[in-house]
Amino acid sequence: MLSTVGRALRNSSTPKTLFVGTRCASTEATFEVAQCKLHKLEQGPATTVTCTREDALKYYRQMQTIRRMETTAGNLYKSKQIRGFCHLYSGQEACCVGMENSITPEDSVITAYRAHGWAYIRGISVHGVLAELIGKKTGCAQGKGGSMHMYAKNFYGGNGIVGAQVPLGAGIAFTQKYLNNGNICITLYGDGAANQGQVYEAFNIAMLWKLPCIFVCENNGYGMGTSVERASYSTDYYTRGDYMPGLRVDGMDVLAVKEATRFAKDYVLKNGPLLIECATYRYSGHSMSDPGTSYRTREEIQEVRQTRDPITSFKQKLLETNLVTEDEMKKIDQDVRKEVTESEKLAIADTGPPLEDMYDHIYVQPEADFKVRTCDPVTMVASR
Amino acid sequence: MADWWKTTADNILKVPLKSFNKQFSTTTVRAGSQLTVRDALNAAIDEEIKRDDKVFLLGEEVALYDGAYKVSRGLHKTYGDKRVIDTPITEMGFAGIAVGAAMAGLKPICEFMTFNFSMQAIDQVINSAAKTFYMSAGQVPVPIVFRGPNGAAAGVGAQHSQCFASWYSTCPGLKVLSPFSSEDCKGLLKAAIRDPNPVVFLENEIMYGTSFDMSDEAMSEDFVIPIGKAKIERQGNHITLVSHSRYVGHCLEAANELAGQGVECEVINLRSIRPMDEETIVKSVMKTNHLVTVEGGWPQCGIGSEICARVIESQAFNYLDAPVLRVTGADLPTPYAKQLEDNSFPQTHNIVGAVKKSLNIS
Repeated sequence: MLSTVGRALRNSSTPKTLFVGTRCASTEATFEVAQCKLHKLEQGPATTVTCTREDALKYYRQMQTIRRMETTAGNLYKSKQIRGFCHLYSGQEACCVGMENSITPEDSVITAYRAHGWAYIRGISVHGVLAELIGKKTGCAQGKGGSMHMYAKNFYGGNGIVGAQVPLGAGIAFTQKYLNNGNICITLYGDGAANQGQVYEAFNIAMLWKLPCIFVCENNGYGMGTSVERASYSTDYYTRGDYMPGLRVDGMDVLAVKEATRFAKDYVLKNGPLLIECATYRYSGHSMSDPGTSYRTREEIQEVRQTRDPITSFKQKLLETNLVTEDEMKKIDQDVRKEVTESEKLAIADTGPPLEDMYDHIYVQPEADFKVRTCDPVTMVASR
Repeated sequence: MADWWKTTADNILKVPLKSFNKQFSTTTVRAGSQLTVRDALNAAIDEEIKRDDKVFLLGEEVALYDGAYKVSRGLHKTYGDKRVIDTPITEMGFAGIAVGAAMAGLKPICEFMTFNFSMQAIDQVINSAAKTFYMSAGQVPVPIVFRGPNGAAAGVGAQHSQCFASWYSTCPGLKVLSPFSSEDCKGLLKAAIRDPNPVVFLENEIMYGTSFDMSDEAMSEDFVIPIGKAKIERQGNHITLVSHSRYVGHCLEAANELAGQGVECEVINLRSIRPMDEETIVKSVMKTNHLVTVEGGWPQCGIGSEICARVIESQAFNYLDAPVLRVTGADLPTPYAKQLEDNSFPQTHNIVGAVKKSLNIS
């Protein structure tokens, strides 16, 4: 019965929800997701995805936490508690949540400068992210990294140089292949970086050496203030690997992203690299200095929020299938708000990094007598 | 030490490209022997690949071709595709991949065919390799060696004749080594590979075929030279010459010549540019009261400038009896024609002249 319905819906332009049960608190449900566009692939990811109640609650909570955390970060920036760069992930939550839930903690991830959501999903607490943004000792990089340089176990940043993380990610995948440990690396970049030369140098080597790397182009429509059409001769980013197979997935649908990533992990372990274009959208400007309205209309942002929002649309699906109740999601919203608010308060109250920490971590295992020159020409400080 | 100075750019140019292999020594590693710089580097890489299964070599032509300058000769045959890896001619890509591999726990030796091409990849060296340990507050070390020939070769024009010691040594997080002799090359390269930090290892193409005496100790697989310590190659009381790489040899030659005129030079081989062994320089200057620096790089913001600044900020300033003089490469892009090129880089007579000026003798 299910498969019949699935086939019927597969060709429809709008993915629909399949009902497994009509009573509240079903244990799982199967959802139709949009078919991926494929490049040099015979078969793509499945178009039906089964999700347990437990997982649905988890994905919802993770996406809401990132949304709330980013809203808070935006406010902290406006109140001048966060300095410098601050690139928000709001609108793109389904990408990192969908991907993380198809890999293991032993798999690796490296991304670009829009890193807060990824840092959180890879294991840094909301407090760890916010404290880093405010520049506190309790931040995930002890206040030394900031918005673009957050790290966790098997999460290698956070990179402030557009495109530089792509060869690095291929190198992480090289290590996984060298050690033959069965793990993969997800290497993310944006539609802006998709025109950088080193991306293609990395693609070439990754294909030659069959590295277990999923390259992911998070296409949010704009590289800073330039739309993809104005920056890229070809905006079919999933085909831009040329000889590298690719697929375009709806990056606003967490289940579609999860299924595409499951497919991709299996693929890269057997065959070598695969390119996923994650079609997504960012609500905020490129960074905090960008109101995000000179190169796109407010109506466009409003329309995406109303019709394609990754959280709202997921919520709708969960309600339609009776997999999760409205009350349960309200409870999660409240919990998330509380967690983020408390983390924010804690981060604001935390102390800043002490000056004596400043000279540490320049070298691994420095010589016992290694001293660092300070701004004062006659003062040298020991470094650990 | 062998008559290294008899190896001139001329000798190298006379070797036809097709018989390039023939000029390489076939020295086998045995105690008390002489070893070329090339074979010393080869031995260091060989021993460290054997010692640690996380160490591997990658770069252009390092495997089947045995290296553009044959430094990796025989290694691919011994260790195979996994440990000695040919890359495409795309420096930014393979340097980035090497850095990523190091971040994830391996210990790559990344060969640049020459350091001139490292500029294509300098972002990965500086922004990815040097800074990540600090940016991550100690969570992500990057144990990697970037190595290859640096400085001017012979007759290769402006884009292929440049010293990068100053460029890389300005950046905290990197260690920068510039060896002179075979002993330096073996002991320092092994130290660099074992070091848990990113190390830039600057070799010199013209020196590859030069032989030096090697002590039994230096021939040992356990021989490692500590990073950050200079070597006093020759003791003297009248003036201090500080240099690195090939120009240490020029200093020794100048010292020989000056000794015949009653001037005793103290010649310091820096070995390590960052960290720099300021203590050895300062002590020497306090003894000799005169300082000349010698390098192949450009004068502005060069290694000599750094040494000069450190000396005048130190207690040695009060011991100086004359202004410090820097002998450097000429302040221009390297020309092609031999007579122009010869005058673009320090020659022994430039050093002798600077010493005499410093000591106010003729």
